[in-house]
Amino acid sequence: MWRFAIKMLFGDSAKFYGILLGLGFASLLIAQQASIFVGLMSRTFAFVGEVGHVDLWVFDPTQSFVDDQKPLRSTAIDRVRGVEGVAWAAPLYKSLLVATLPNGVRRSVDVVGIDADTLAGGPAEVVAGSLADLRLPDAVMVEIGSSQQQLRLPADLAPGAIPAPGQVFDPAGPTRDVEVGDILELNERRARVVGLVKCAETFVAAPTVYTTYARALSYAPQSRRVMSAVLVTANEDADITTLAERIRAQTGLEALDPNAYAMRTLSYWMRETGIPINFGIAIALGFFVGVAIAGQMFYNFTLDNLRYFGAFKAMGASTWRLLGMVALQALVAGILGLGLGLGAVSAFGLNAAGGKLAFKMLWQIPLIAAGAVLVICILASVISMWKVVRLDPADVFKGP
Amino acid sequence: MTDPATISAHATAIRLRGVTKTFGRGESAVKALQGIDLDVPAGELTMLVGPSGCGKTTLISILAGLLSRDGGELAVFGTDLATLRRDRLAAWRRDNVGFIFQQFNLVPQLTVAENVSVPLVLKGESVAAAVRKAHDLLATLGLEGRGKSAPLKLSGGQQPRVAIARALIHEPRLLVCDEPTSALDAELGRRVMELIRGRSTRPDRAVVVVTHDDRIFHLADSIAHVNDGRIDQLTRGAAYARPTTSTSMGTSSASSGKNPGVHT
Repeated sequence: MWRFAIKMLFGDSAKFYGILLGLGFASLLIAQQASIFVGLMSRTFAFVGEVGHVDLWVFDPTQSFVDDQKPLRSTAIDRVRGVEGVAWAAPLYKSLLVATLPNGVRRSVDVVGIDADTLAGGPAEVVAGSLADLRLPDAVMVEIGSSQQQLRLPADLAPGAIPAPGQVFDPAGPTRDVEVGDILELNERRARVVGLVKCAETFVAAPTVYTTYARALSYAPQSRRVMSAVLVTANEDADITTLAERIRAQTGLEALDPNAYAMRTLSYWMRETGIPINFGIAIALGFFVGVAIAGQMFYNFTLDNLRYFGAFKAMGASTWRLLGMVALQALVAGILGLGLGLGAVSAFGLNAAGGKLAFKMLWQIPLIAAGAVLVICILASVISMWKVVRLDPADVFKGP
Repeated sequence: MTDPATISAHATAIRLRGVTKTFGRGESAVKALQGIDLDVPAGELTMLVGPSGCGKTTLISILAGLLSRDGGELAVFGTDLATLRRDRLAAWRRDNVGFIFQQFNLVPQLTVAENVSVPLVLKGESVAAAVRKAHDLLATLGLEGRGKSAPLKLSGGQQPRVAIARALIHEPRLLVCDEPTSALDAELGRRVMELIRGRSTRPDRAVVVVTHDDRIFHLADSIAHVNDGRIDQLTRGAAYARPTTSTSMGTSSASSGKNPGVHT
């Protein structure tokens, strides 16, 4: 009878496609919104992931998230270096500054200053140039991606060329991508692009500009506290957790491994903003739309077939067998609807890959969508099953 | 349960004594059956006739094991259906009863052969084998090559034959037909009933037909006239006189009053 149950489902094409549409739309909305949410939340701590080969981040204890800059005194680096178990410690500067382009356009850039000796804290992927070139005078490396949309230079200014005295560019005129050799201004100080880097999209969405720590300080407004964080690598034999506790105890600063630092950032955004609620509403909406459309369609489908279920019951089909048929129909519709929805989400994700849209489909998301669709199918089929259970086989003689 | 092989023609297939059925309670209670006494002989075609609401459908539902009785005795091929629990009763129906419904209830999403194969599949036979047998049976009913068609694609004369095939494919001992000719014209109705009679009136079987259609009364071996939940009269004889008026329910034109099992 299982084969017949499937044929009954597929045979009523209008309702079948309606059920698929409902389930597909529900799984699409649930998985897509969840993936965008995860993608967006991942950006809040993306910078932490960019910095490799670091065992601990040391920062101000009151700092809530990566971009919540609470600068440290310059002596912090020496205090951290003095803690037993620290192999090396490097300063890190990170702050939004203003870049002025040759055509007069001003843009916010996220300036990251890294230790010139160790180059610790540098970007994961250098596209053009060498990270060591940052040691050259006025050298900066600019992130491509964001910069190609925000740091655009006048098209009639050749790469590496310096505007002639008195030469004026139309801010609304044609522009080109920033290239190696171009000259920028950071807080009215000269910055020469010596390389291009690729970074993960961050929540701030300002182009990242890498330079040395010392040069970053020269770009930054003068202050007694300028150091954003201290990057620490532990001795080979040191336990990271113990070392973090020791740094906390001896310096009064917070010390977290990269994962914990990322989670601290994530939990701030989850706790303090309405983002999770907004996405939660969209996901719940997908779920309830799925219940409404697929549930209604499936119930109507069962109602339409009730006289045939009644005939089967009269002919000797047990109630359990009929319930099995309804459950199988719901399950098959659910699997196909889920596949349809997840397929659409995957296509959406592939299309969005590399773009500005935050999208990250973790392996748990299809499982969550599958669970939601399963619940929808159960809710939809339970009402139908109730009709089948209550179905009196003698009703088949009551006529149409 | 009686061995079918031991049942001879005109032995009693179904025996009802004082069967009652009431729907509802208190003032709204409706006494659908008020003491039915009836013997349905094996190897014969018995019709239940009477006005709407007289209890025909309730009676056929009870003797087919679809509805429980409130009182009285009922034995179908020697089995008291009241002793069977719900699942056993469903299994009994599956093994012993063939149904022809008023609207035939052919599942439109299934092919003709698949519809016919349902009783065999319910008995545990594989779909492939059951469908194969369905094709063979359909061929004997003049529907060769139509097994793969959709039921709705069949003509008005072909659909009843499919319903008959579905009712008979598992060789049931009791064939129950609910108004099988109500939607058919006179000629088609007659042919359908002749087919039912020809295919199912065997010594080890019994056929019970609920009908209003006096055009087919002459094909009955006996006719039970049901009125107000009782059997008023049982008319015996295969050569039931065909009435001249279409409005007759057959009570006034009954040919004889032989009523071996009826206590009115």
